[in-house]
Amino acid sequence: MGAVVENTAISYKPNQDVFSATLLALAEADRNIVVVTSDSRGSGKLVGYGQKLPKQIVEIGIAEQNLVGVAAGLASAGKKAFAVSPACFLTARALEQIKNDVCYSDNPVRLIGISAGVSYGALGTTHHSLHDFAVMRAINNITIIAPADNFETTEAVKLAVKHNKPLYLRFGKKAMPLLTEDASIGFEFGKGRVIKKGNDVAIIANGETVYPALQAAEKLAQQGIKATVVSMHTIKPLDAELVLQLAKDTGAILTVEEHMVNGGLGEACASLLLQHGYNKPFKIMGIPDEYTVTGSQVEIFAHYGLSADGIAEAVINMGIMK
Amino acid sequence: MTDKELAQRSVTYRKKILQYIVGAKAGHTGGSLSCIDVLNVLYNDVLNVSPENFTSPDRDRYIQSKGHCVEALFVVLADKGFFPESDLETLCKYKSHYIGHPTKKVHGVEQNTGALGHGLPISVGEALAAKMDEKDHRVFTLLGDGELPEGSNWEAALTAAHYKLDNLCAIIDNNKLQITGTNAEVCNTDPIDAKFESFGWAVKQVDGNDVKALKEAFAAMPFEAGKPSLIIAHTIKGKGVSFMENNVKWHHGVPDQEQYKNAITELDMEMANI
Repeated sequence: MGAVVENTAISYKPNQDVFSATLLALAEADRNIVVVTSDSRGSGKLVGYGQKLPKQIVEIGIAEQNLVGVAAGLASAGKKAFAVSPACFLTARALEQIKNDVCYSDNPVRLIGISAGVSYGALGTTHHSLHDFAVMRAINNITIIAPADNFETTEAVKLAVKHNKPLYLRFGKKAMPLLTEDASIGFEFGKGRVIKKGNDVAIIANGETVYPALQAAEKLAQQGIKATVVSMHTIKPLDAELVLQLAKDTGAILTVEEHMVNGGLGEACASLLLQHGYNKPFKIMGIPDEYTVTGSQVEIFAHYGLSADGIAEAVINMGIMK
Repeated sequence: MTDKELAQRSVTYRKKILQYIVGAKAGHTGGSLSCIDVLNVLYNDVLNVSPENFTSPDRDRYIQSKGHCVEALFVVLADKGFFPESDLETLCKYKSHYIGHPTKKVHGVEQNTGALGHGLPISVGEALAAKMDEKDHRVFTLLGDGELPEGSNWEAALTAAHYKLDNLCAIIDNNKLQITGTNAEVCNTDPIDAKFESFGWAVKQVDGNDVKALKEAFAAMPFEAGKPSLIIAHTIKGKGVSFMENNVKWHHGVPDQEQYKNAITELDMEMANI
């Protein structure tokens, strides 16, 4: 296992920058790739894409329902349509189009939720997507991915081009350090990535919470608590095999996500574990069911304990100290 | 097909719509009867669509936004050979693919519809893709007048004009009634023509129960180069059965045996007079 790469050690980028750069490179070689945007190419870092490939971008304007409907029509006609819009609007305003025109009609739109979770920070609840895992999990025929770092994002975009089925990919605006330099830890949809191994507790996280989870594991190690850290980038289909294995191999399970505690990764794991007779300590960390505190993403994370210190403290409070 | 043959076909379709709705004990009777002439002309005179070419990327597309009038679509698709008509005896039965809204599990159906305000955005996407690929096929979508308050229609209407989609034709089945009452009472959408024209569409108004008028309108597409075409088809809800015509209770009313018999008698008389 590779060591945690410190923030200052290498250059790293926001996952959505990596998304747009990766997609541009792929689209230059594949004319069937079409980006559909809702006046969102700026936030989606797609201005350069639009300049280089003007025939492979469709601007809809601020109309998310139409964005998804049009993308479904493009996909039905054989285009590899990437519908790019802030996650908050894409998965709420256009939910019926996602349910019917994409998933039910099986039109392989790649739904790209940018500035997801609380990336927009102080812009407030209108701009937060803390419901998206929950609503998408309740719809048949869609894969849900929240990559944690630049590597996972690159791989997810490459796979998304090949994955000719409905897909939801969400990420944020914060520059994300590499979780590991261990090249043997690959990336495929539906398979969690074990970044660090330890038998006392398993921390299952996704998206931008995996890095603080990894930092928490380093802190816990200093106190003699050995933690497994998993980047569970695919929420659906959940890597049930890995979760159940972790249940056997470790003494407790903690989940962390940039999502409301209702209906996301944590509850997906809880449902699986409970139905398989799991009876060890279990905790879900995320944004609680309340009016979200105001502040930047970092401040909101810290407020709710989604930080290295907060996650380490939560593990300690699970009562697994030797 | 001649105008006379088309007119006869419409009567045959109406009889079959009623037959299968009675068999299923469910269906959207009034709207299926109002829009059937549009489907008849589309599938028998306009669309380059057949069971043989249905997987071809070059086929014309027909997307039925007013999915609840699926009985009209199923009857026409059966007639065109997409599936045996006897399949429709399973309409709305347990595990049948022939459900109360269009589903792609039925051969010939382009998109799963039923929720309103979805057909036009998808059609815009299909038409855009055709333009990108420099293909000549066209995209048609049938909307109900009652679904016009759905905002997604107007979002898509903007996009269609913005991208000059003159390979797109929307047809509004303007029977002027919806489940609660008249369009004017529920949410007045008139004047439909001026609204779409102001959005950048080219509009024609026709008698939507007149196959000859419909043929002529479709033949004139695109009505204006560089603009999407809209046909406002003025129709009569329940058309062809006197006691159903313009009567909102037949929105999804199912005839009993005596009503069915009387309706068939009327339609047989109409057929004899063509």
